[in-house]
Amino acid sequence: MRVVTPVSESITGSRTDVAETPLRVDGVTKRFGGITAVDGATFAVERGTLTGLIGPNGAGKSTTFNLITGMLAPDAGTVTFDGEDITGLEPYEIADRGLVRTFQVARELGEMTVLENMMLAPKDQRGERLWRSVLPVARGGVREQEAELLERVWEILEFFDIEHLAEEYAGNLSGGQRKLLEMARALLTDPDVLLLDEPFAGVNPTLEARLLDHIHDLRDRGYTFLLVEHDMDLIMNNCRHVIVMHQGRILTEGTPAEVKSNEAVIEAYLGGDV
Amino acid sequence: MSANTNTTDDTTPSGLRRLWAQDAVKIAVLLAVIYGAYLGSGLVLGYSVRGQLNSLASLTFYIGVFATLALALNLHWGYTGLFNIGVVGFMAVGIYVMAFVSKPLYGSGGAAQVGGLGLPIPVGILAGMIAAALLGLLVALPALRLRADYLAIVTIAMSEIVRFTFLSSTFQRFQFPYNLAGDTTRVGFGGGSGLILDFPDPLLALIDAAGLSGAYDGLVALVGRIVPNNPDPIVHSLVYGLVLLGVVAGYFWLLKRTGESPFGRVLKAIREDEDVARALGKNTGRFKIISFMLGCALMGLAGILWLMGQGAVTPNFFRPRLTFFVWIALIIGGAGSNTGSVMGGALFAAVLYQGPLYFQNLVTSVFQPGEAPSGFGPAVSPLLSNFDPGPFLLYTLDSIRQLQLVVMGVVLVWLMHNRPEGLLGHRKETAAAIPLVRPRGSAGGGREEGTDPASPSRSDGDEGGDARE
Repeated sequence: MRVVTPVSESITGSRTDVAETPLRVDGVTKRFGGITAVDGATFAVERGTLTGLIGPNGAGKSTTFNLITGMLAPDAGTVTFDGEDITGLEPYEIADRGLVRTFQVARELGEMTVLENMMLAPKDQRGERLWRSVLPVARGGVREQEAELLERVWEILEFFDIEHLAEEYAGNLSGGQRKLLEMARALLTDPDVLLLDEPFAGVNPTLEARLLDHIHDLRDRGYTFLLVEHDMDLIMNNCRHVIVMHQGRILTEGTPAEVKSNEAVIEAYLGGDV
Repeated sequence: MSANTNTTDDTTPSGLRRLWAQDAVKIAVLLAVIYGAYLGSGLVLGYSVRGQLNSLASLTFYIGVFATLALALNLHWGYTGLFNIGVVGFMAVGIYVMAFVSKPLYGSGGAAQVGGLGLPIPVGILAGMIAAALLGLLVALPALRLRADYLAIVTIAMSEIVRFTFLSSTFQRFQFPYNLAGDTTRVGFGGGSGLILDFPDPLLALIDAAGLSGAYDGLVALVGRIVPNNPDPIVHSLVYGLVLLGVVAGYFWLLKRTGESPFGRVLKAIREDEDVARALGKNTGRFKIISFMLGCALMGLAGILWLMGQGAVTPNFFRPRLTFFVWIALIIGGAGSNTGSVMGGALFAAVLYQGPLYFQNLVTSVFQPGEAPSGFGPAVSPLLSNFDPGPFLLYTLDSIRQLQLVVMGVVLVWLMHNRPEGLLGHRKETAAAIPLVRPRGSAGGGREEGTDPASPSRSDGDEGGDARE
């Protein structure tokens, strides 16, 4: 049973609406031995927003990402995506539903070219069935789709301004270029929600501005972003909603202005026990 | 081979270089060099024609089996990053199951202690491949969830379990139903004394089925003119070698197709970083299992092709050493490259596996030296006492089979130090069904892939490959 909501209504709809908050994290906890890396984290990400997730080193941001995307299984709590409980699903199942992440340390596929890296990403490729790729009768369809994908891939490469690297091995790219490749690759999966783990580390300021423009552009088209970032200014200038983590817990959340003036946040960042 | 057909008649100045870039050309040149070296050295030293033909036949045979095995292993390790060091286990299951299915029923004459199910050879071959693939599945299901090195441990243990299973007296002979009525017949794996492969000669059966027995007889008569005395076995092994090379071409085609596709792309991604592939929504477990099972089936077939013409098979043929031979072949050629695998298989067979033996045969038959000393002492003492190197050289020549392993070790160490990526260097075979180059504008509708001027004739050639099989 599917409720078709007019676009305008869904944008102005209530916050608790499933269509409005595609991603909900509820009481998620993860312990490694005696350390509680994430402690009952609860938050929701609204559709069509750029939400920032900030916090000092070791606050549990990346672990939270891993818990959301199935790379780690939470000890407690649930993750809901588009109204479905996705806790404990395999990473590929979660990615397949449209919740895709990038990694903090860019994980390029080094001995594959940039184009191969990119061509890997799109979903539902015919040729991923072995028989289709091998059997002469089916191979034509695979090649046709490959040609279409290549065009799309090339557009994205051009957008990210790395098309001159297309035939380069990903392992030869600079740190910033790898970040771009990673984000471009994630976009090719057609995600609804993108979790970006420090996407701008090592990216030059011009490109950073361009990427932000593009992210805003995509957000306007209905994509949703959850962004981990160290650069406070960047978060404050670009996110409407900011979640602050500290020692595994959600310290506070709100608009940048609210967060900025929050005593606890200042204390967490400057070191409470000083 | 699909690449065969796309060697366009390049008349440009860089034609030669571009020709060299074709996989098939590289392989053909290497084979020509190998055969030239074998024939040439034989001719110079006055080796007999019979000896020449025999050595060519066995050379071709080993090139064939090692190239197929290296190709199959390349799918596992070179493409998917699956560390399989149990290659022999899959080969053993292939040939033993094939024998089980295709040996004639017990009691239908012949010296065999046990029979088989008496089904046709092609059914046996198929059963052997399926059994190898299923064993692969059995091994893979628990082990693929673990890290790569655990798969290695599981596979080598499995290969030894397989060997000991076929050695065990429990399975030496047992009753097995062979028809729907439930009548049983005496079958078995023969235990340590081996299993006689008393089905009809597979090559002659194949030739008969293809309606080429006339041509074959003609060939025997032709060779009979050069080698009057019993030309039949020579022709038989030469033709079998050619069939094996055909199988290599088939493997090459299949694995090239597999690699140059979205499927192969995911395999490569798994090799590079499985987490990334999963984060992009790929069910990597499925890909790993399919890749592993396919490779295992191909290894099973290679085992069948290696042994089905040998008359008998014993479990101790399948010692882990053989697995490492295949690994050396793959490492020489360059893991990740199908062309490299074929070249590595050929080089390994020609230089490291058959080379020393050929050299020994050649020297013995041409110079006919006397008896080699019986041990190390008698071999060395003349060298030390009166500087007579003769006995020592003879002893060395006589122990060449053992020294072979030392040479292989040295070559492997050298390769690891100086060229760890193998002959063909980087893993350059692009994992896509079309050439990955800048698409020709977006204006053309983008449907005519391959007409890009930057990628001359690649895709046309691939179409030629389509038509071939």
